Amino acid sequence: MEGKTILLKEFLNLFSNFRALRLLALNLALLLATSLSISSQEIDISKGKSLFNANCASCHKLNKKLIGPALKGVSSKYEKEWLYSWIKNSAALIKSGDDQAVAIYEEYDKVAMNSFPQLSNEDMDNILEYTDYTPPAAIASSAGNSSNVNQSSSSSFTNDLVLVLLLLVLAVLVTMLFLVTKTLKRLASDKGIEINEKKSSGTPIWERFIKNQFLVFVSVILLLLSSAYFAYGYFMQIGVDQGYMPVQPIHYSHKIHAGENEIECQYCHSSARISKHSGIPSLNVCMNCHENIADYNGEEDLEKGYTKDFYTNEIKKLYKAVGWDETTLSYTGDTEPVKWVRIHNLPDFVYFNHSQHVTVAGIECQKCHGPVEEMEILYQYSPLTMGWCINCHRESNIKVKDNDYYTKIHEELSKKYGVEELTAAQMGGLECGKCHY
Amino acid sequence: MKKLTFYSLMIVFSLMTLSCFDNSKPNYQFFPNMYESVGYSTYEQSDAFANGIEAQLPAEGSIPRGWVPYEYEDTNEGYELAKNNLMSPLKLSEKNIKKGKELYNIYCAVCHGPKGDGQGILMKREKFLGIPSYYDRDITEGSIYHVLMYGKNLMGSHAGQVNSNERWQISQYVISLREKLIK
Repeated sequence: MEGKTILLKEFLNLFSNFRALRLLALNLALLLATSLSISSQEIDISKGKSLFNANCASCHKLNKKLIGPALKGVSSKYEKEWLYSWIKNSAALIKSGDDQAVAIYEEYDKVAMNSFPQLSNEDMDNILEYTDYTPPAAIASSAGNSSNVNQSSSSSFTNDLVLVLLLLVLAVLVTMLFLVTKTLKRLASDKGIEINEKKSSGTPIWERFIKNQFLVFVSVILLLLSSAYFAYGYFMQIGVDQGYMPVQPIHYSHKIHAGENEIECQYCHSSARISKHSGIPSLNVCMNCHENIADYNGEEDLEKGYTKDFYTNEIKKLYKAVGWDETTLSYTGDTEPVKWVRIHNLPDFVYFNHSQHVTVAGIECQKCHGPVEEMEILYQYSPLTMGWCINCHRESNIKVKDNDYYTKIHEELSKKYGVEELTAAQMGGLECGKCHY
Repeated sequence: MKKLTFYSLMIVFSLMTLSCFDNSKPNYQFFPNMYESVGYSTYEQSDAFANGIEAQLPAEGSIPRGWVPYEYEDTNEGYELAKNNLMSPLKLSEKNIKKGKELYNIYCAVCHGPKGDGQGILMKREKFLGIPSYYDRDITEGSIYHVLMYGKNLMGSHAGQVNSNERWQISQYVISLREKLIK
């Protein structure tokens, strides 16, 4: 601002007095110099930020305790030389019996900080500059955010308004039409013209229909066939839960975890590799990441109400269930089970084994579970009926590569059937006893 | 008039059938006692146990099949000891490294990156920060196993997801990644 007013003044001077030109040049040079110095400071901070993110952020946050203390304004708490030696090799400093060092070590439960011999003093200066730096633009950016929110909510509001207006117009048109026909009829009756209301002389249409026996016969058959079709459809879907999408106690979005963050399915469902069940992850698996990630900062879907606050609140539900105290970053031991609702549930007279399909056959999870990585709320993608199982067994070839167990039987059976590659059905995937016993 | 009642009946009927269709509830079952047996199924809610869950912790002191005792403690000293003394019982082999790679890509690559340079997708999306490259860390097979067992700093324990044999296979693969990075 000041620079601008100065510039403005200079321009005024310029017009009033031509000699001021030299002064202007001087001022410009000064301005340039200050702006340069600012940008070099910014470079330091951005360097510091990237160094901080690469080296420190795994254990330190700026404003919050993590594994180690919050680092905002750390350079004012300790001397610079001491900080240098601490960062370079904290263990050595603790061993030397430095009071400050030992105090910190004790305070943070004797967690050893990694040593960073690769950082130069300049690097550390940059990092410290970053930790001291308070971004001035914070207010502006938050204001920008709120205006964005207003915009989107107002757009849905205008949509509603347009719809209501259209409905109103439609209603007006309908009433107008009624009025027009009314006046026309009145006019006609005034002039003595008779209007032919649909009074067809003779027998009504349904009586004529009943008299036509062929028509009755055909329509009865059609009616029977179509009702049989619908009845069949209804009975066939009994016990089939395709599309089942229950509300879970914690809104866990597969779209965010498996889709946007590309976490492998088996990271959480780790027993799918080795057991019958794919497994509901125990909450310690959630906490592998969510010790660190306490807030949601990703995209929002305002239309469906999936705001940042909504997701953050779901993470809080996890903390409550697992008994994690966010302020002290420790477990309270006060846990409660999460009552997840089971979606995929085969009847008890069917045996199904995940490891056989995941590890031995090497089938992608999506083959049966559908595009889970796009599902905000998980639903059952496949019908899980016997016909569906058998179809796949008939169509898919078995994976023999790297599986010595199959080599011999594959050789013999492929000779027997005279084929190059065996399907799961030819390996016995259609035998009743494989799945029902 | 008849037509009007017919149409309104049709509309009411279709609305009723639509309202009966609810995604958040499971479908009807034909003979449900064949679908749901008397035995407890996995993760079932059950009154048989005090806390109402079928999935119980094993009795105290029980040892799972194939379990290998681990003597190093979850302390800084334990880490140093494991780093210097703990040796892999597995032989270095192509097969182990291949299996290790498979497991690494499931359990580790999301943070540590497929190359082990700390550039996993969670790091790139700034969900996690400061994940070190294996290049910068002085690690041995023993220390990798120890960290997989107990976790370190923000990394949690992965002992529940991979068993001891698999942990050794991952360690082998991580060492091979580090060698590639150092080259």
